[in-house]
Amino acid sequence: MRSGNALRWAKLNYTVAMLVVFLASSTRAEDVRNPLSADPKAAKAGEFEFRINCAFCHGLGARGGGRGPDLTRAHKRHGDADADLFQNISQGIPGTVMPANGTNGQGVGMTDDEIWQIIAYLRSVQVKTPAKPAGNAARGKELFYGDANCSTCHMVEGKGGRLGPDLTAVGTARTVDALVESVRIPSKRLAWGLTESTKEFAQEYQTVTVVTAGGEEIKGVTLNDDQFSLQMMDTTEQIRLFEKDKLRSIQKTRESLMPIYNPTILSDKDLNDIIAYLLSVGMK
Amino acid sequence: MILCVLVGAASAQVTFERLLNASKEPQNWLTYSGNYAGDRFSALDQVNTANVHSLVAKWVYQTAATGKFETTPLVVDGILYATGQDDRAFALDARTGRPIWMFQHPLPSDIRPCCGRVNRGLAILGGKVFLGTLDAHVIALDAKTGNIVWDVAAVDYKQGYSFTLAPLTVKNLVILGVSGGEYGIRGFIDAYDADTGQRKWRFYTVPGPGEPGHDTWEGDSWKIGGAPAWTTGVYDAPTNQLFWPTGNPSPSNRGEGRAGDNLYSNSLLALDADTGKLNWYFQFTKHDEHDWDATQVPIMIDSGGKHLIAQANRNGFFYVLDRATGKLLSANAYGRTTWSDNKDADGRPAANNQSSPTPEGRTVCPGALGATNWMSPSFDSRTGLFYVTAREQCDIFSTASQPYEVGHAYYGSAYFPSDKAEPYWGALRAIDPASAQVKWEFRHLSPTWSGVLSTAGGLLFTGDAEGNFIALDAASGKPLWHFQMGGAVYASPMAFAVDGKQYVAIAAGSSLYAFGLP
Repeated sequence: MRSGNALRWAKLNYTVAMLVVFLASSTRAEDVRNPLSADPKAAKAGEFEFRINCAFCHGLGARGGGRGPDLTRAHKRHGDADADLFQNISQGIPGTVMPANGTNGQGVGMTDDEIWQIIAYLRSVQVKTPAKPAGNAARGKELFYGDANCSTCHMVEGKGGRLGPDLTAVGTARTVDALVESVRIPSKRLAWGLTESTKEFAQEYQTVTVVTAGGEEIKGVTLNDDQFSLQMMDTTEQIRLFEKDKLRSIQKTRESLMPIYNPTILSDKDLNDIIAYLLSVGMK
Repeated sequence: MILCVLVGAASAQVTFERLLNASKEPQNWLTYSGNYAGDRFSALDQVNTANVHSLVAKWVYQTAATGKFETTPLVVDGILYATGQDDRAFALDARTGRPIWMFQHPLPSDIRPCCGRVNRGLAILGGKVFLGTLDAHVIALDAKTGNIVWDVAAVDYKQGYSFTLAPLTVKNLVILGVSGGEYGIRGFIDAYDADTGQRKWRFYTVPGPGEPGHDTWEGDSWKIGGAPAWTTGVYDAPTNQLFWPTGNPSPSNRGEGRAGDNLYSNSLLALDADTGKLNWYFQFTKHDEHDWDATQVPIMIDSGGKHLIAQANRNGFFYVLDRATGKLLSANAYGRTTWSDNKDADGRPAANNQSSPTPEGRTVCPGALGATNWMSPSFDSRTGLFYVTAREQCDIFSTASQPYEVGHAYYGSAYFPSDKAEPYWGALRAIDPASAQVKWEFRHLSPTWSGVLSTAGGLLFTGDAEGNFIALDAASGKPLWHFQMGGAVYASPMAFAVDGKQYVAIAAGSSLYAFGLP
């Protein structure tokens, strides 16, 4: 193929692709239905595909794995319709760690049919009538911003602190078990921070203490770092940027800065209320 | 005038003789690993430990394509040839990065690439460059124009076959192995006539009925036994042998239904280059249930009158073999391994009873992506050290029955991050092949998919998942220079020179970078 032909071919490809996008967008999303929804074998085939492609983050049985949300819930933050699920699986979800189909080295590139099989599988495991959260969301909100001191470090819907992760979406992004665990044993699984689409593993909220060349000791959480540089937020919520070779010392630990909320500090009832609040916000 | 020189240079033929003596023209990079020994060592020393601190980016070429950019370019007489995502190929002025021609193979919509729409590079011979594609075609392009000279379909891609590796040219043959271990293929290594595209031989990596090794498969499991061969092998001219590594048996994480050693999965094969006949084999992981492909570039090392071949294997062990016989000389862990605590009569690490995946899942190290993977290692005969990118990642392996369906992913399993929530990390490790000891390591923040280049300047080059390109002292592992490229590295670096100036090149993000002295 001559170079000119190659370029023309690429342009033609682009034109066809744009036409497809145009045609797809001219169909209302809610009109798109899973073509395999009536196929009894589709859900079983989807279960195999799910194990290979999705279970690494969403867990066996789609019940959530600490990294990805529990997909057995009927309500999904990024859309519940077949078309939403198809879009999210094939294109990924911008701003989250959910990658586009076949781009991340995890699992295989799926065909459209295989994606529909996965959606058929998700429908088969979807909990029809979700249990109502045990707690009282209104009281949970009061605790979050009040006596439980959550908002000192965590933000929900734009209000609260910045030292810990923003919890606006955490109610749908994590299982209830994962939420309980992260309050009771904060260091067991550190929260994820910055995610770059090109990076396989997201940065974690590790605790970091640096000593500058001038002898100043600064403690905070890691926002982002690489071999040579460090971005951290100190305990006064200031973002600090360092070149590692100019620091006297850097100490990172996997002991979270978050206090351990054991049942004597935060009762099970209070925790349930706070989780009910986070779920209610997450479901919006 | 310059243009004339370039045209003249581009028309120079790359003969088999030149490939055999690739190390004598270090300004060029003529094969995937730089030479037939597979050592990814450049004899260029203009960039060295004394001046590397001043290295700067000389040019950047963007493919503007998404997905992992895994190419190792070739450079011949001032022209750089490389591949990109989605089976692109291109030729650049190696001094400026300006394109001379661009090619893209039109891919059907239903291809089966397991792990991204990737391609690792070209082979060159005569006036042609050769490419294997994701729809399992083998294509020869005119090196001057990018025009197709021939294009053959090796096999039906709809059954899960694809090519991702850079072919190897030997004599008048274009040799390449197939990908598809995630789809229940029957693996093979092919050789094509470089002039015509006619297939000269095929070696099936899973023996058929009546062939030696067939009895290492249960029932009909051999038909979908996997054992792909998706990493470029090496060539030993004195014995006219190819040494080619193979990958996992299918399904990768379920041994039930394929009882036996499952030859020649996870093996190193010594094949006669003219006929594809098997001379010897060595299987690293028998009856694998962890996807521990042996598809790491093996390196031929001549030391103390011994003709060796060494491989840092995905299963976490570093193996040294006698390459005349395939006899194992040593096998030692270079990363964290929990699957083996004993050796068989041949000295080969053998699996313990705590490693087989269970339905509920079982933590095993290394994880599913291995203690290393396809990223190239390097060997520098002057330091005597074998450099490998190690990945420290344990996973929980679970197994489940799965019916085989043609062309559909066939793992029989799932795997998860270890629930101990240990952060994954990586390291560049320097192994002394004689003692199999790790002499030093340079720790990476997270596991990287970058290979390693060693150079006569006393340097190592590698990249990381955070986008840094790093030069280190090859003797000590001390970092001497780095550059943030803005995209994760899924490639192995190489070096070349044009007009007496040395460059070091690597792909990162969707760009190809070339660095040189100011």
